[in-house]
Amino acid sequence: MTILRVENLGIAFGGVVAVDGVSFTVNRSEIFALIGPNGAGKTTLFNMISGVYVPQRGRIVLEGADVTNLAPHQLALRGMSRTFQNLQVFFRMTAAENVMVGRHVHENHNVFAHVLSLPSVHAQNRKTRADAERLLAMVGLAKVADSPASSLSYGALKRLEIARALAAEPRVLLLDEPAAGCNPVETEEIDAVIQKIAGQGISVVLVEHDMRLVMRISHRIHVLDRGKTLAVGTADEVRGNPAVIAAYLGGMGEREAARARG
Amino acid sequence: MRRFLTSPFLLVGAVAVVVAILPMILPSNFYMRVAALVYINAIAVLGLNLLMGFAGQVSLGHAGFFGIGAYAMALGPVYLGLPSWASLLGGTAVSALLAFLVGRPILRLNGYYLAIATLGMGMLVAMVISNEANITGGPNGMEVQRMVLFGWRVAGSVTWYWISGISLVIAALVVVNLINSPTGRALRSIHDSEIAARVLGIDVARYKLLAFVISAIFASIAGSYLALLDGFVTPTTAGFLLSIELVVMAVLGGLGSILGSIVGAAILVILPQALTVFHEYEHVVLGAIIVVFLILLPSGIVPAIAALIRRRPA
Ligand SMILES: Nc1ncnc2c1ncn2[C@@H]1O[C@H](COP(=O)(O)OP(=O)(O)O)[C@@H](O)[C@H]1O
Repeated sequence: MTILRVENLGIAFGGVVAVDGVSFTVNRSEIFALIGPNGAGKTTLFNMISGVYVPQRGRIVLEGADVTNLAPHQLALRGMSRTFQNLQVFFRMTAAENVMVGRHVHENHNVFAHVLSLPSVHAQNRKTRADAERLLAMVGLAKVADSPASSLSYGALKRLEIARALAAEPRVLLLDEPAAGCNPVETEEIDAVIQKIAGQGISVVLVEHDMRLVMRISHRIHVLDRGKTLAVGTADEVRGNPAVIAAYLGGMGEREAARARG
Repeated sequence: MRRFLTSPFLLVGAVAVVVAILPMILPSNFYMRVAALVYINAIAVLGLNLLMGFAGQVSLGHAGFFGIGAYAMALGPVYLGLPSWASLLGGTAVSALLAFLVGRPILRLNGYYLAIATLGMGMLVAMVISNEANITGGPNGMEVQRMVLFGWRVAGSVTWYWISGISLVIAALVVVNLINSPTGRALRSIHDSEIAARVLGIDVARYKLLAFVISAIFASIAGSYLALLDGFVTPTTAGFLLSIELVVMAVLGGLGSILGSIVGAAILVILPQALTVFHEYEHVVLGAIIVVFLILLPSGIVPAIAALIRRRPA
């Protein structure tokens, strides 16, 4: 079942065409990877899908509804959530509070109740806190729930962003380089977390430079190069594709091309 | 001590205790009046701190709301025949509406446009008050009728000490309640990363506007209180200097700190009284003290002390 459909999406910055007519669909529970050399347009694509940039052409359809021009907060209400390549953590809050913010779309927003601190607000705070603790445990951060986010390691912050994005109970989760800066043990953990997320019926769109991780967990891989689609397919299909190998040799160097081949 | 500084509810309790016992220590009505002035300013600063310290927006025109609240007390009874309490509510409503109208288009934009827009708005309010002399008395100011509630004439330093003190405790409680709610978490998240807040479903423009309107309400009520305490209003209550003073109080005490709002207000109200011994150099000395404080404690007085206590092993 198709959850997310991207049709002929395009955007240019000044003269630079960052994304040039990209189309794909993502199914329910699917782990869908977007790969490509640096500057291929992966992050820009994420920014358009999550409403941060408005596409100059093309359409984005989420669960059958056209959401192309919706603002990020409106998309969040419809089940779109994401993490960021360059961390966007709430550094002045604790780890638990970061995840609690992720519950926003499911909380009551009656400001008068908040000002009066009604019992319903306390009950809701307790539930939000319990949800946050459960999600922190899922990404292996239960012990640091009450630590300031600013005191956490890079790998921990990456997982904190995943927990925070999950708190919104998304249908589609966009993960921008979740394993960047993580050691092999942490990467294994992220691998397991992503598979678990997909197992819960969430569609995961993944941008990741760690090819071993991508090849291992992705159901389908979409290869971008200079804003255009280069190849689409399973890990095996993409690995053997000569155009992909050439692009990686040109864009990312021998070592990573070898890794991509496995 | 550590728990005290981290538990906001204990903190509000402590403020209430200080308000309750201070009259036993203060030697005369003069000091009661100074304390009332501290509390009144602190109410305005608390609101401003919600905007600056939590939502991360700056207002350089908050005296405009303060002035509207103050002049409502003078104008309401004379021109509309309203009792004082209704004038107070009316002034508050006008301030909230003005904040809404100014903030709504501005807060959709990213950046510090609110500072510039409020600067203009504050000056406009001050100008109207100064220029419409046949209504407002112009630069000469205007008398304010004493408030009468249930036949009781509400006047005098001691009375206003209690009204402003209790109001400050309520204001602090309102801010604490807000901060520990989904609204507060949304505001704090905006300050740290707007883009992350947006993708988590937070309508950033709406929450900034909310903080701005609440801060305008606080400033307006504080202005009304000052007018009732003094029994007189002048255009300085809406002046640019007061806008700046309110910002300095918030920054000096500590952005994002509730106790800091009160400490900042206390310093800027009490220090000038103490510095009168310097005569014509009073303002120079005051300015120098503020600059030294900000250089030594850039995060504000209360957060600096809190960090000091936290660093010491318990
Ligand atoms: N905000 C922007 N302004 C100008 N150019 C941009 C902007 N965002 C991306 N680009 C350009 O678009 C292209 C794609 O970048 P990006 O999406 O970051 O690639 P990737 O994530 O695949 O490394 C690059 O040439 C980049 O310089």
